[in-house]
Amino acid sequence: MRLVYLDNNATTRMREEVLEAMMPYCKDVYGNASSIHRFGRQARVAVDKARQEVASLLGASSPEEIIFTSGGTEADNFAIKGAVHAMRKKGNHIITSSIEHSAVLNSMKALEKDGYKITYLPVDGYGLINPNDVKKAITDSTVLISIMYANNEVGTIEPIEKMGEIAKERGVYFHTDAVQAVGKVTFQAKDLPVDILSMSAHKIYGPKGVGAIYIKKSTKVDTIMHGGHQEMGRRAGTENVPGIVGLGRAAEFAKKEAQEEPKRLCELRDYLYKNIAQAIPDTRLNGEPEKRLPNTLNIGFKYLEGESIMLNMDMEGIAVSTGSACTSGTLEPSHVLTAMGIDAGDAQGSIRFSLGRDNTKKDIDYVLKVLPPIIQRLRDMSPLYEKGK
Amino acid sequence: MEGQYSDQVMEHFRNPRNVGEIPDADGIGNVGNPVCGDIMRLYIKVDPATETIIDAKFKTFGCGAAIATSSMVTELVKGKTIEEALKVSNHAVAEALGGLPKIKMHCSVLAEQALTGAINDYLKKHGKPVVDKKFKDAH
Repeated sequence: MRLVYLDNNATTRMREEVLEAMMPYCKDVYGNASSIHRFGRQARVAVDKARQEVASLLGASSPEEIIFTSGGTEADNFAIKGAVHAMRKKGNHIITSSIEHSAVLNSMKALEKDGYKITYLPVDGYGLINPNDVKKAITDSTVLISIMYANNEVGTIEPIEKMGEIAKERGVYFHTDAVQAVGKVTFQAKDLPVDILSMSAHKIYGPKGVGAIYIKKSTKVDTIMHGGHQEMGRRAGTENVPGIVGLGRAAEFAKKEAQEEPKRLCELRDYLYKNIAQAIPDTRLNGEPEKRLPNTLNIGFKYLEGESIMLNMDMEGIAVSTGSACTSGTLEPSHVLTAMGIDAGDAQGSIRFSLGRDNTKKDIDYVLKVLPPIIQRLRDMSPLYEKGK
Repeated sequence: MEGQYSDQVMEHFRNPRNVGEIPDADGIGNVGNPVCGDIMRLYIKVDPATETIIDAKFKTFGCGAAIATSSMVTELVKGKTIEEALKVSNHAVAEALGGLPKIKMHCSVLAEQALTGAINDYLKKHGKPVVDKKFKDAH
């Protein structure tokens, strides 16, 4: 059976070159990067090189603006909790959006319990945040604005620059969760009105368990991980040298392929969408049609529930994910689709296809062959379908 | 493993039994709503002389467990009398499927509710007293 992996927003397959780069640091170069002896120095050199690669990918002014973490979730926690802690004398109000990743949303909920006031901005039908809403929400006690660069479920790219400018004018820190955007959208952090940015290695064909946070020079972010003096005293814990080396190598490739690969993925994705829309009636595109991650396609299949579609595709060797979060332990429709005002029934039948560098046109053609009969079979089973006949 | 479906659930999901409608059904049970992600419609055909369920079919909008429990409940009640069918509990449906993930147990409750609804529809049509089963909130 042909296996087609279309869940690259969940995680990606690590590149061979990345694994190769990491291997020596899993075996021979085992020194602690904080040690002064030759074993440690070798590790230190590798960590510094990786820092440069990540700084270069993100367009930082200097490698010192990059701090390695255990992944995107820690980077988000670090950014949010560290920034509001540093600013606690100024105020206790934070602005975020209603469609953030749970790493951000649940950090906000935790802070709410500690007495912080959180504003969750709404989105429009495309999942876009209105910068004017940011402007209106800022008060004298606002200490942080945290808005994702691009949404993981529907791929909508947010007007980060406009919102960052507003934050800058009012002297409020701006954090963006760029976990999904890095490698798919080109930007230079030094030119963006963004103070803090989080990213993850495993979304860009790097290893799991490692990520980074960009903190613009002179931005005050307190440490949340206390211990040794690693990472310039900002994030304690012995460096995950193999992971960091892997992230550095993945960043190198992401930068090299930043122009061509997103274009290729975008074409494949649009080919997939065009043909699904032609072959299957009653579908809807979720997300902003243009300002969207080039690899992401979220489609609602009317009269159906997502998990049954996903499982049927899985039986045919195709990996996708549901918009309904049905498998992730909640039964409610996706908070993103709900925030976009999509009817609960329609939100249930949404499927996310997220493409990656391994995908070819043959993969997409296979999906196009397999999917229509699955949808038809499930619709024939659905009590909601008759109305639409 | 928590959250994973048993082989029986997957088998019934892959090859659901008794999908469809019974145009001249003697009883129809409708339960669920799209907000929760599950809707079941269960049809039964009853032999009036023996009060035996001679056929059962379903249409379901829902996840893998919703489809599998619909399939299983129709299988379990075919050939049973109304009285016997009313004793088919959600646990019996789940058990026959080799268990359900905890978060999906509500699907078996829905299946029992759909069955009870179909039987009550039949009883009502025949001027008989309906049964009043207490269900834990399915959602």
